[in-house]
Amino acid sequence: MSLARYILWRLAVMVPTLLLISALVFTIIELPPGDYFESYITELQAMGESADLAEIEQLRTKYHFDEPAVVRYFYWLGGMLHGDFGYSFEYRLPVSEVVGDRLWLTILVSFVTIVFTWLIAFPIGIYSATHQYSWGDYGLTLVGMIGISVPNFMLAVILMYFANQWFGVSIGHLMDQKFLGEPMSWEKFRSILSHIWIPVIIIGTAGTAAMIRRLRANLLDELHKQYVTTARAKGMAPGPLLRKYPLRMALNFFISDIGSILPSIISGAEVTAIVLSLETTGPMLINALQSQDMYLAGSFLMFLAFLTVIGMLVSDIALAFLDPRIRLGGEARK
Amino acid sequence: MAAGKDLLRIEGLSVTFPLMRGMLTAVDDASLRILPGKVTALVGESGSGKSVIGQAIMGLAPAAAKVSGRILFDDGAGPVDILKLPRDGIEARAIRGARIGQIFQEPMTSFSPLHTIGDQVSEVLKIHEPGPAAARRRETEEMLRLVGFDQPGKVFDKYPFELSGGMRQRAMIAMALICRPSLLIADEPTTALDVTIQAQIMKLLGDLQRQLGMAVLLITHDLGVVANSADEVVVIYHGRIMEAGPVEAIFCNPTHAYLKGLLGAIPHFDMGRSERLKPLREIETLGGGLLAKMPGKVAAPTGKAPEVLLKVRGLSKTFGSRKGDGWLSSAPPPAPAVDDVGFDIRRGECLGLVGESGCGKTTVSKMLMRAVSADAGEVTFDNGAQRIDVLRAEGAELRTLQRRIQMIFQDPVSSLSPRMSVGNILLEPMEIHDLGTRAERVEAARVLLKAVGLEENALRRYPHSFSGGQRQRIGIARALALSPELIICDEPVSALDVSVQAQVLNLLKDLQRDIGLTYLFISHNLAVVNYMADRVAVMWAGRIVELAPVEVLMSAPVHPYTRALLAAVPYPDLGRPLDFATAALSSREARKMWAPAFREGDGGTLAPADLGNGHFVLARTGADAAELRA
Repeated sequence: MSLARYILWRLAVMVPTLLLISALVFTIIELPPGDYFESYITELQAMGESADLAEIEQLRTKYHFDEPAVVRYFYWLGGMLHGDFGYSFEYRLPVSEVVGDRLWLTILVSFVTIVFTWLIAFPIGIYSATHQYSWGDYGLTLVGMIGISVPNFMLAVILMYFANQWFGVSIGHLMDQKFLGEPMSWEKFRSILSHIWIPVIIIGTAGTAAMIRRLRANLLDELHKQYVTTARAKGMAPGPLLRKYPLRMALNFFISDIGSILPSIISGAEVTAIVLSLETTGPMLINALQSQDMYLAGSFLMFLAFLTVIGMLVSDIALAFLDPRIRLGGEARK
Repeated sequence: MAAGKDLLRIEGLSVTFPLMRGMLTAVDDASLRILPGKVTALVGESGSGKSVIGQAIMGLAPAAAKVSGRILFDDGAGPVDILKLPRDGIEARAIRGARIGQIFQEPMTSFSPLHTIGDQVSEVLKIHEPGPAAARRRETEEMLRLVGFDQPGKVFDKYPFELSGGMRQRAMIAMALICRPSLLIADEPTTALDVTIQAQIMKLLGDLQRQLGMAVLLITHDLGVVANSADEVVVIYHGRIMEAGPVEAIFCNPTHAYLKGLLGAIPHFDMGRSERLKPLREIETLGGGLLAKMPGKVAAPTGKAPEVLLKVRGLSKTFGSRKGDGWLSSAPPPAPAVDDVGFDIRRGECLGLVGESGCGKTTVSKMLMRAVSADAGEVTFDNGAQRIDVLRAEGAELRTLQRRIQMIFQDPVSSLSPRMSVGNILLEPMEIHDLGTRAERVEAARVLLKAVGLEENALRRYPHSFSGGQRQRIGIARALALSPELIICDEPVSALDVSVQAQVLNLLKDLQRDIGLTYLFISHNLAVVNYMADRVAVMWAGRIVELAPVEVLMSAPVHPYTRALLAAVPYPDLGRPLDFATAALSSREARKMWAPAFREGDGGTLAPADLGNGHFVLARTGADAAELRA
C-alpha cells in the first residue's frame, strides 16, 4: 500500500479523462453549422459593409479551417499542450492574452466564495443539527430556503439598487475601472478587496444555504448513530464529542463536494457576473459561445473541465487521507 | 434486605415518549435492584422497555423522553439519584464510563470507523483519569490483553473495520471496563454474534465480572443466555416488571404466566418429533388445504415421482475481489465462499442448513435461486413432470423454475416494498407469471392471507402497519402465491422475537404438512433447525462438513465443528450449563485441535465419508468410520 502509488495512478487516469473531455468540447463547439468566419461575413454584410475576404481567407488557412474537423482537433489539442490556446477571432488576439487577468480574477472570486460558503455554512449547519426543531433551527431553515430560492441575478439587482439608494455606491465591477489592465499593485488589490464581497455574497448565498441543508441532514444522521451513544456512555462532554466523532464523519461529504463545487460556482456565477459587469471569464464565455469564437469558448470549457478534474483529484486524495476505510479498505476486505 | 446493600436501586421508574397523539409509556412504574458483584438479567421481548431502563440508568434516554421515579446508585460514595443530575452535566458524566460502563448489541456500529481502537478505548481514561499518554497506552494495552487480544500493541493501532464482530465486541468490553466500573450494563451483548462467538463473549464477561468484582445488568431476550450467566432475573413485559428473583427460583418455578409462556415458546433439543411449540399468542390459520385451488397449482405428483426433488453436486463459488487498482493490488486470491457443496433435498422433507455467518450458506441459497451465478457445479430440479438444470435454465424453463422454487427472507421489514399494499405484494408474482384471471388472483390472495392467519382487510393495508411477525407471514404468503414445491427459508425467524418465532415456525410446519412443501431451511439457530428439519447439513468455511438425519446429528455428531457448534448453544435450563472451556473457542482456532482425519494438508484431501444411515462427514479419504467416531 502506498499513497504515492495511488496518487500517481489517479494522475495517470486524469490524462484519458481530459482527452475525452477535450474531444467532447471540440465536438460541441463544432456542432452549430458554419464557423466564426461565416457568421462574421454575414454580420458584416448585414451591416452593409464589405468584408476583407482576403484577410479572412488567410486566417482560415492559418487556423486550418480548410481541413477536416479531426485534423483541426489535433492542432488545437497539440497547441494546448504547449500553452497555445489558439486565437480569438473576435478580439483578434491570442486567447491567452484575451483572457489574461480575467482567469485569475475568476479563480479569486471562486476561491473566496468557497471559503465564505464554508465559514458561514459550518457553524449554522452545526447549530441547526444540534438544536433540531428549535426556533433557531426553524428561523435559519427559513432564511436558508429563501437563499436557495432567490435567483442569483435577482439578488444582484436588489443589492445593486439598495447599495445605490443607501450608500450611493455603484457595486458593479471587481475593481475601480482605472485599475483595469494595470499590473497588480497595493491600491489595485485594495480596490479588489473592497469590491469582491458583493459578488461573493451574491454568488455564495445559494451554495451556502444548500450546504447548510446538507450539513444539517448529514450531521443529524450521524448524531443518531450508535457510536455517538457509545461516546456519551464513556462520559464524554457534548462539545468535544461533537467535534471528534459526528463532525469528523460529516466532513467526508464536504470533501467529496470539492470536486463539484468549483464548476458549479463558476458556472453559477456567470449570470451574476453579467449583471454586475464583473471582470471574470463568465460574460466572455457566453459571448464567445454566441459568436462561435471557437478557440476562446473551447479554452474556457477546457478550463472548467480541468478545474473539475483537479477538484475531484484533491477530494479523492483528501478522503484517502482522512478516512481509513478508503485508505485501508482494499486490504481488509479478504 | 437492607437498602444500603444494593448497588443500584430503581424505584417507580416510568419513561414516556411524546408521540403525535398522546404519550407512549415505555416503562411503567418499574422497580428493581442490582446487587454488587452479581449478574442481574433483565429479560423481555423487543419493545418491552428493557433497553430504555438501561438508557435511563446511564442518562442516555432521548431528550424527548419524560423520566420519573428514582434511580439510586451507591458504589460506596453514598447514594446518588441519577435522575436528579442535570442531563449531560459534569456529575452525570463523571459516573458514565468511570463508575457505570455500557456495552451495546451492535459491535459493528458502536465504534467510530474513523478512529483507531486504541484511540477510542484510551479516550475513556483520558476523560476520567487524566495522565501522560504513554501510561494511558500501557494501561489500554493491558486492558486489551485482559479481554483476550494476543497482541494488544497491534490491536491498539487498528481500525474497527479491521476486526471481526466478536473481536470488536471484545474491544467494546475493554472500553467499558477500562476504568473498572462497579456496574456494567450489557445491552444484548451477544445477540448479533454467532453461537460460538456468543459463548466466547459470555465466558469473557463472566470471567471479568468475577475478576473485577463488578455487577452486571444483562439486558437480553435470550433465556438460554440468562440461564447460563445470571444470578438474579427480572422479567419485563410491556414496560411492567412481571417477576423478579434469583435465577433458580425463576427457572424452576416460574409463577407468572408470561414467563411460563415464554419458556414454552422456545424450541429446545429435548422436544419430541411431534411436539409443538406453544406460542404466547396462537394465530388462527385456516390451514394449507385451502391452497389446493390456487391458480397455477400443479397436480400432485403421482407415485412415480422421484424421491429427490433437488440434487446439488459440486457447487462452487469464489467471489472476485477488487484488484489491480493502485494500492489494492497485492491482496492474495480470496478463499472460495462455497467449495464443492453437494446435497439432495428429498420431496416433502425439510433440510436444515446450519453454520456460522460467513460460512457460505446464504451464497448457496442465492445460487439455487439464480441470484448469484455459480462457478461450477450441477443443480437438478426434478418434480417428476419436468427435469430442469437449475444453473443453466433459460427462457420458459427458467420461468417454470421460478414458480417451483420460492424464497422466504430473513428481514421482514426490508423484504416487503413499503410502497405496495399487501394485496399488490401478493398479486404481483401471479401477474408476472400470468396465472389465472384477475378475479381468480384476487380470490387467491384472500386465500393466501387466510392460510397464514391474517384478516382479509389486510389486502388494502401497507406493510408498515403490521408487526414483524405479521410481516413475515405476509412474506410467507407471497412465497406461496406461485404454489411452489420448494421453499428456501433463509433465517426466517432470526429477526423475530421468541414469542412470534413460535407462531411462524408452527405456520411453516403446518403448511409443509398440508400442502406437501419441501423446505431448505437455513439458520444459525440449532434449536430452531432441530425443531424444523428432518435432515441437517452443517457448513463450515464453504464446505458441508457433516450431513445426517436430525436425531443423529443432534445426539451423535461426528465432526468436531458440529460438536463445537452444539456445545456452544446455551440452554434455557439451569441443569445444562454451558461448558465454557470447550465452547469458547472460535472455529478457526479450534480447527488446529481437530483430529487429523478432519483436516486437510500433508497431501491428504477431504471427501464425504459415509457412516451409514445417510450420515456423511467430511474427512480424509481413507479414514475409517471407527476412527472418525472417536
